Formats: sequence, C-alpha cells, structure tokens
Amino acid sequence: MNTELLGVIGIFLLTIVLAIPLGKYIAKVYLGDKTLLDPIFNPIEKFIFKISSINSAEEMNWKQHLKALLSINMVWFFLCFFVLLFQGSLPLNPDNNPSMTPDLAFNTAISFLVNCNLQHYSGESGVSYLSQIVLMFLQFVSAGIGMAAAAMIFTAMKERTTEQLGNFYNYFIKSCTRILLPLSAIVAIVLVFSGTPMTFEGKDAITTLQGDHVEVSRGPAAAFIAIKHIGTNGGGFFGANSAHPLENPTYLTNGVELWAQMIIPFAMIFALGFYLNKRRLSNIIFGVMTVGFLLLVVPTVMSEINGNPAIEKMGIAQTTGSMEGKEVRFGPAMSGFWSIATTVISTGSVNSMHDSSMPISGAMQLLSMMVNAFYGGCGVGILNYYIFIILAVFISGLMVGRTPEFLGKKIEAREVKIAAFIAILHPLLILSGTALASYFAAHDTAMGYWFNGNATGWLNNPGNHGFSEMLYEYTSSAANNGSGFEGLGDNNPFWNITTGIVLLLSRFIPIIGPLAIAGLLAGKKYIPESAGTLKTDTSIFGIMTFAVIAIIAALSFFPALALGPLAEYFGM
Amino acid sequence: MTTNKSTSLFESKQVKEALAQSFVKLNPKMMIKNPVMFTVEIGTAIMFAVCISILMGANDQGSFIYNLIVFLILLATLLFANFAEAIAEARGKAQADSLRKTREETSVKKVKSEMSDVSVHNLQTSHFLHLTSSQLKKGDVFVCEAGDLIAADGEIIEGLATIDESAITGESAPVIREAGGDKSSVTGGTKVLSDKIKVKVTSEPGESFLDKMIALVEGASRQKTPNEIALTILLAAFTLIFVIVCVTLKPFADYANAPITIAAFIALFVCLIPTTIGGLLSAIGIAGMDRALRANVITKSGKAVETAGDIDVLLLDKTGTITIGNRKATNFYPTKGISFDDFVKSAVLSSLADDTPEGKSIIELSKMLDVSSKMQSDISHFTDNILHTIKFTAETRTSGVVLKDGTNIRKGAQDAAKNIAQQAGNAFPEDTAQHVITISSNGGTPLVVIKNNEVQGVIELQDIIKTGMKERFERLRRMGIKTVMVTGDNPLTAKFIAEAAGVDDFIAEAKPEDKMNYIRKEQAEGRLVAMMGDGTNDAPALAQANVGVAMNSGTQAAKEAGNMVDLDNDPTKLIEIVEIGKQLLMTRGTLTTFSIANDVAKYFAIVPALFITAIPALQGLNIMQLHSPESAILSAVIFNAIIIPILIPLALKGVDYRPIGASAILKRNLLIYGLGGLIVPFIGIKVIDLLVALFM
Repeated sequence: MNTELLGVIGIFLLTIVLAIPLGKYIAKVYLGDKTLLDPIFNPIEKFIFKISSINSAEEMNWKQHLKALLSINMVWFFLCFFVLLFQGSLPLNPDNNPSMTPDLAFNTAISFLVNCNLQHYSGESGVSYLSQIVLMFLQFVSAGIGMAAAAMIFTAMKERTTEQLGNFYNYFIKSCTRILLPLSAIVAIVLVFSGTPMTFEGKDAITTLQGDHVEVSRGPAAAFIAIKHIGTNGGGFFGANSAHPLENPTYLTNGVELWAQMIIPFAMIFALGFYLNKRRLSNIIFGVMTVGFLLLVVPTVMSEINGNPAIEKMGIAQTTGSMEGKEVRFGPAMSGFWSIATTVISTGSVNSMHDSSMPISGAMQLLSMMVNAFYGGCGVGILNYYIFIILAVFISGLMVGRTPEFLGKKIEAREVKIAAFIAILHPLLILSGTALASYFAAHDTAMGYWFNGNATGWLNNPGNHGFSEMLYEYTSSAANNGSGFEGLGDNNPFWNITTGIVLLLSRFIPIIGPLAIAGLLAGKKYIPESAGTLKTDTSIFGIMTFAVIAIIAALSFFPALALGPLAEYFGM
Repeated sequence: MTTNKSTSLFESKQVKEALAQSFVKLNPKMMIKNPVMFTVEIGTAIMFAVCISILMGANDQGSFIYNLIVFLILLATLLFANFAEAIAEARGKAQADSLRKTREETSVKKVKSEMSDVSVHNLQTSHFLHLTSSQLKKGDVFVCEAGDLIAADGEIIEGLATIDESAITGESAPVIREAGGDKSSVTGGTKVLSDKIKVKVTSEPGESFLDKMIALVEGASRQKTPNEIALTILLAAFTLIFVIVCVTLKPFADYANAPITIAAFIALFVCLIPTTIGGLLSAIGIAGMDRALRANVITKSGKAVETAGDIDVLLLDKTGTITIGNRKATNFYPTKGISFDDFVKSAVLSSLADDTPEGKSIIELSKMLDVSSKMQSDISHFTDNILHTIKFTAETRTSGVVLKDGTNIRKGAQDAAKNIAQQAGNAFPEDTAQHVITISSNGGTPLVVIKNNEVQGVIELQDIIKTGMKERFERLRRMGIKTVMVTGDNPLTAKFIAEAAGVDDFIAEAKPEDKMNYIRKEQAEGRLVAMMGDGTNDAPALAQANVGVAMNSGTQAAKEAGNMVDLDNDPTKLIEIVEIGKQLLMTRGTLTTFSIANDVAKYFAIVPALFITAIPALQGLNIMQLHSPESAILSAVIFNAIIIPILIPLALKGVDYRPIGASAILKRNLLIYGLGGLIVPFIGIKVIDLLVALFM
C-alpha cells in the first residue's frame, strides 16, 4: 500500500516541480521573449503565417479574438463531420470500418472540437485511420484554442487600459508549435519504446498459448495518445482508453500519461504569474486549486484502497483494495488518483472503469467535473477559475466597503451579469439534461427515432446507480471532460444529439464569457492600488474564492448527488 | 435638527406605520422590483392554492395544518422583508419630517417684478405682494426683515443679515449672510435676526435639495445605485440557479420513486434563494441615505454616498478646515538688550487697538504668560495713556499706538519695520533678523515691534492646527485615502503646516484653477477625488470632483455644482461621509455572504427530509438528527423567516467600519458573517426543530 501511495505522491510532486519552469517558458512564448527553441520554430511559424496570409503582429480587440476563434472552429467542425460521415469510402481504412451515422458523427466531431472526446464509439471498430488523424488534429488545435484564449486573458490582465490584446492566430499557432508539439513528441517517444503501436497497417493476428486466434487492432496510436493527454483531450485510440494494454502498457507509461495530462494545466497557472509578474497571485490560485484537488483525491484514494464494504461483509479479505474494473498493473491507489486527475483536469481519459468505482469515488469524480474550476483543461481551466475570481472579487469587494476591483479594474454590473450567467450555465446544462433523461427513464417513454425502444433501455443498472450514469454523462459533457461512467447505452440519437448540444454550449459560452469580461475590463480605466484596495494575492482572498466555488458549484448539485452516489454510499 | 435625532432604532409610531406598509407592499407590482422576494411571493401564492385544494379534497399533499403553517411562514417571510424596507423608510421619513417642519407655509413679501431693481431700503409696502411660501417660483425676489422666516432657498442679492440657522443645523450661534461673495446663500425655514435682505429664489417649489433628499429617503424616487444593481443581478442569478435545482429535482425524484410534496419543493426553494439579503437589500440602501441625513448631509443621489466610500484623494482647504481660521501669536523673541517684560509690554500696546484676530491673540498670549498678572495693571495704565492709535494701511504696512508721553510703538512685517528703523538711523539687530528667518522657515509669520524707531523684538504668529486633525488624517490614511491641503500660503509655509498637520500633500499658492487641475490629474491616474467647497470659484472643481460637498452657507453655484450639501458647514464632514459610504457596501456584502453561507445547513435539513421516506439510506445525510421530515422542513423555513427581522437592526445601523486595511476587514467579516453564516443556521434549525417536535 505504501509504495502505491508513494508512486502517486511522487508523480504529483514531480509534475508540480516541472510545471514551474514550463510555466516560465509558456509566459515567454506569449510575451514574445527569446527562447532557446526560436531557431527551430521561427521559420516554421513564418511559413504557416505566410501560406495562410496572417499578419501575426496585427493587434486584435476581444471581439476580433472571438470572431477568429469561433470561425476557425466552425471550419474544423465541418471538416471533421464530413470525414467521419464518409470515412468508410475514404482512404486509410485498412480494417474497413463503416461510416458513422449522422448523429454519431455530429456528436464525435463536436466532442473532439470542444476538447471533450466523449466517444460514443469504440476506436477499434468505429473509425478509420484517416478519421483518427483528423481527430488527432482536433486534439491539437482544440487544446491550442483554449491556450490562445487564456493568453488573451493574460494580456488583458496585464495591460493598463487598452483594446489591443495581441493576435489570436499568433497565440494559437505558438501554443501548438512551441508548447503542445514538443511535449507530445516526448510523450509519444516514451510510449513507442514501451510498446504502443505506431503504424498505418491494419489488424494483426496472434494465436494465444491456449490456441485462440485473436485479431489485435493497431494504428498510429502513440502520437494520438500523446496529444490526448498533453492537450487534456482524453479521447482514447482504443475503446478501453488508457486501461487498454497497448494504449497504456506499463506503470511507467501510466506515470508519463498522468504527468502529461496535468503538466499544461499546472504550468498555465504558473505562466500567469510569470506573465503578469505576479507570482504571488498565481501561487494563491494554484494553492486554492490544489486544496480543492486534494479534498477530492484523498477520499477517493482512501475508499479505493479500503475496498468494497459489501465484499468485506461477505467475509472476503481484500488485501489489494477494490479491484473491480481496475488494471492489476496500476492498482487501486493509482487508479483512484487518475480518476480524479482526469475529471478535475477535463482530460477524460480513464485507466479504470469509473462505473466500478466505490460510491464515494463516483461522487468525487462527479464533483470534480461539477466544480470544473480546479486546474481544468488546457487553457480553459484558468478561464473557468477566472469567472469565480470575478464573483469572489465582487462579493468580497463589497465586504470591505469599496466598489470591487480586480487588478486595478472596477467590476461593475456588466461583468457581474456575464460572470453570473456563466456560473449558472454549468448547473443548468447538467441538471436540465439529466432531468430530461430521468423524466424519460422514470416514465419509460417510447423514444421513437431517438432511441431504439423504451427509455429505460439505455440504463444497464437500475436505481441510484442508473441515475449516476445519466448524471455522469451530462456532467462529463458540460465539463468538456469526455470520460464516461459507462454502463449507459449512449450511441443513439437521443444521447448523441443532446450531449452534442450540451458540449457545444458548455465549450464556447464559457470561453466567450471570460474573454468578454477580460476585454471589457482591459478597456477600463486603471485604478492604482491604495490601502483600501482589496488585494487578490492573499490567502484570505483565496479562501473567499474557494468558498464561492464550493457554494455555487458544489451546492447546486447536492440534491442530484444525494440521489446518485450518496444514496448508494449510505445504502451500502 | 440635531435635537430631533431619534436614538432608538424602533419607535412605536414608526413601527406601527411600517407594519401597515408591510401589507401594502405585498402588492406584486411593488414586489417585482425585488426579484428574490417576488419569487417568494409566487411560492406563497402556490402554497395558498395548495391549502385551498386540500380543503377541496386533495389528499396527496399532506395535512392541511402542515401546509397552512408553511403558507403562513412564507407569508411572514414576505412581511418581514417588507417590514425591513418600511421601517427604514419610516425612519427616513421621520428624519425628513423634522426637516420638512422648516418648510411649513410662511407668509412672504414678494417684490413685484417691476420693482425688483429698487434698493432694499427704499422698498415700501406698496411694492410687495403678500403671498405664501408655496406660491414662490424660481427667480422671484422677496424681502426678509428681522424676525421673518425665510420662505424659500435662495441667494441674497442685496443686503446683509444675521440669520439663525438652528432649525437646520442645530447650531444656535447666528451666522452672517450677505450679498456677493461666498456666503450669500440662505435656506428656507431659517430666521432673520437682524437687518433686511433681498433674496432671489433659486429653486422651483418642491425641487430644492431638501425636497430631493426627502424624496430619496422616502424611497419614492430612490434609484438603485450601480453596486446595488450589480448585486441585484448576482442575487437574481443565485435565485435562478435554485430555480433550476428545484425544477429539475422533480424528474429526479420521479425517477427515484420519491414523491415530493409541493410544500417541500417550495420550502427548499425559498430556503435556498438568498431571501435574507434579498429582503434587507433596499432597507440597507435607505438606511445609508438616512445615516447621511442624520449626519446633516443632504445628498442628491444614493450613488454619491456609495462613491464616497471609494474615495482615494481628499482635497481640504487649509483655513477653517485644518487650521482654525486665523494665525495666533505663539512666542515673543525680544532683541538682545531689551527685557522680556518690556518687549511683551510693547507688543501688547501695539496690539491694543488692533481688532484683527492676530492682534487679539497677542494680548491673549501675554495673559497666558507669567508676566501677565503684574502687567494687568500696567496695561490699563497704558490704555489710559494712549494718545491715538495708528491703523494698518497698505502704505505703512504697520499699525500701533502713540502714547501721551510721545512714545510711538509700531508692529509690522519685517521689511516695513526695517525701513522705519533704518530711516531713523538705527540698525536692524542681528539676532532679531535671525529670529525672523527661523520663524519663517518654521511656517510662522514674524511681526517685528519697534518702539520709537528702535527694534524691540519679534512676535511669532503661527497657524494653529485644529486639535484632533492629525488623528483624523491618520485614520484616513489607514482607510487608503490621501489628504491634500489647499492653501494660498507660500510653498515653505504650506509644507511646514502640511507636515505638522499630517496631510499627505499640499497645493501652495493655490488659485481656483489649481484645484481643478489637481483633481483632473488625480482622476486621469484613475483615482476618485472628493472635495469640499463653498465659493463660486470652487464650483467647477466641485463639479469635477467625484464627490463634491458644498457648504450650506456657500453660494448657490457651489451647491448646484456639488453632489452633497453639508448643513453643518463642517469641513471635516467628508470623513463621516466616506465611512457611511463604506458601511453601506459592507453591510450589503456581509449580509450577502451570510445569506448564501446559510444554504449549507438548509441543504442538510431539507434534502434528507425530501427523500428519507423513499430512500431510508439517506438518513445518513440528516446530520442534525432532525425529528421528522415535516419538522425539518418547518424548522428550515422558520429559521429562514425569522433571520430577517433579527438582522434588521444590523441592516439599519450598518456593519462597523474600521480602518484596518482591506485584507484584515475581509478576514474579520468572513469570519463573522461567512463562518457565522455557516454555523448559526445549524444551531438555529436544530433548536427550532426541538421546539417544533414538541408539537408533533
């Protein structure tokens, strides 16, 4: 047990330690400072800008940033949608996998576009290699989009009074070339050497010792799996995701994949401190997030290590902890830790089946995505946290008797309106989605086109666990996470389309909101700090932000959690 | 008015009025202005319908009594919130009424418009129209004589009068107001004690500052301030989140086969939405205005009070604000060879006929010194001996006396005295010249005394800084406010006084446009500036400043330009105003935090109660061990209702402001209202549940 825990703690600490220099590097990239990698990337970027005739020095205001961001995403959506729709007849399909149905293609295209990777298909049989490559492209650019949006917010926070917030394409391309690409290359190399396939050939056949004939799926997996984690995408190359022996062969690759999904979200927070030259601010933010993360991780790891009390009651010893749905090479501690890391960070890749986690772990996994503001996805994590900072600044500003200010800018009705709207959106999407599905399930409605049969048919478990499955699916969509509780029949028009809509709204509105707030604030008059100003880089303000997150994000889900995992927990 | 300030928070007359108003305010048209409480009203209406339907025979919603109790508690919640607003209004109204008493109808001698150019002393009864004050219009001219009440706010256009303003300020000492200059403004309801003045009405009936303030306090024309709007949005958002939570709970419960009664749904909803702050929000705003009025400050808008809390820079005139109006003698420095007593004697003689405050202060100082007692007789002796006095003139720049024995004593500025001495062939003594320099560099004014053309010594005059100013500036500094002294003095003197008084910066040799430029400069750097002023030439700066406080005694132009008027003419009033502004925001912030923190306990009371029958396992969430689902729900709604009246005194008085720095205040308030808000309802709900269980 102890070595298991040491492994977990070691990876966590190592990631933090490495995130600090990486954060410094990221800040340099966005500031346009010289880095060691300039000789390699300058010509590449110059070439990209030239062929796409982009003037990367042109300053944009926040509306232009948004326009660029949204329009480029639309192009990618259609590209991906049509490839998936016609993949059966397109090249690079050695296993002759069929084309996707329109609703599945819609869901898959959106879910990769929004950095979620919900995957209502299985990689081995559901997509061609061409599709995998297009999806991999989206894994890069969707991460780059999030980081570019964060970079604009950094600039808006740094500048005193300006409309000029840098160039979107410049931030975006540099995020991809200088940050995502090199890191992915490192991870891919480790994976290739550990046995992950990287080939365009089709299935291989083996005969096992028992004499069974087995067809083993292959493909350009190593590259895909690297960016899946570096870009906090989480979409598996194979159906079983990182529990698959070729996708995550060893304890080492498991550590590297875990590191890879945490490193950029961690580093982005430190990058903020380096970028603004406010290290204290980023340390406080990181501290609050870490406290939140630990509060989610510790109960999970404990409950997994302690095993299933129901089995305990049968008088069976569980020396290895709860092992249902887990890989022997990872064990309960590492699997429990991963399940929270992947839900907190919006990766959504899994190395164990969350459906089989203990109820407390299930509650924590859900809560991680419901909060959706600790660390978070590539770039967007800090955007989500930014909303809570605005709300915390507003309430605590009033509490100290001064019109609220954040980094020298007044927070007024307009900003509060946007922030409040974004804060409502998350529970709205999750709860109304789940309510819809529960309604049909409760009345066992015949679904017609939407689902083959009656609504309860999509549940593999009745009762509280079935409720958790539905709640998890919408939570995972709204958090752009992409992990599944599984056990839910989700490849059908009802789930593909409803979660697709949730995905779309929960990706772009929470990007538009913070960008708008930051842009509006950047244009405001700068107010110098005085003794009456509330400092936001103090631990007391950190506590305030944490309280706001806990009350807004966590409390609104309390009744839903009570009916799902909490009911299961108390019922055990 | 000072005497009219009610000391108790709840006076029976006000309470009665507020109780009646609580019911009037149930009108949905009035309620909709407050989105949080409006949703409670909808909930209450639904509960009423449920009660009716049970009477009609519905049997799936629990007992009639239980539903009726829930309905009554919700109604009480609404009434409590309305009462909070109504009592704040009633208090404001009482305050306004005492001001309005000064507005009672008085007869007025209006000058016929064709006669308005006739001098005040030549006007005769036939030139007047006898009207009542309410008939006066802006621009009308009326005349007041000794004993008359001034009928309306106006500006003296001719004459001078002593006026008793105690009706407004509570200050009994009469003040002088005269045409022209900065003291030309008169207020309706004050009384002329002597002389005769011609006054031009400056506002339409019902539109004077006082009328505006009364309307603001009474809530009729109260507009929400920017922060209040932002907070209302946030509270509406919280309400919306819980609408979502409660509406979606229905299909969840259906799926879990856990039927939830309408009463439970509405109870959960009402408990979760921020009713505490929602119910008290407008009361807090009105109480803030009311506190300003109690401080004898008339504000033109609620926004001005709120802005005052944000002030970064405060401009203060030196004279009258930082220093008492005039310089005072502080030291005598005799020239070598002249005895101290002789010098003081000469100094006193030279000042006997000097009516200026400086002259008087020399005599006062001599009395305070040891020499006084034996000099008293001498002085009277001298007084008898005075042949004639020499008044100060611009040419000689000295003043003094000539005694019967021919002794000629003068005092004056150094260069004037030097001239006299040197013309008579006497040298200006070295040591006195040295004293002159020392005094000047210490921010004082030297006055040289010469007797029969010989220098006797030098008197030091100093600006006297009002007592307690240093502490006040220190307090302002800790609040994060920079103080700036504005003075006509030269930079050296200004610097000395600025340091002695403890202000952060000063504008020396200030011309009116200098103030303006300073304000603009600070504003360009993003700071909010407040200033007080009274003169017409202050008007542009008062208008430019974010908070401009005009003295009531000031000119009409100044009052128009500023956004507040101080009835007491007290230049340090801004400190109070700033604190009122801060208290206003703090009270809103802390009660919001308290209200939202309460939700945790309410969740733990209601959520298990909703599901326990269907999912007995959830008994584990009932950490307060409440008696039964019904008692849990009742306890939560009762707590939710009674917390509003419990907090009314806090809403009216405001949260204490202490200048201990923003982070320290946040820590303190988070501990009291955040942590308190978390813990108190757990205890409160449990206690109520124990009581409720007795009846079940």
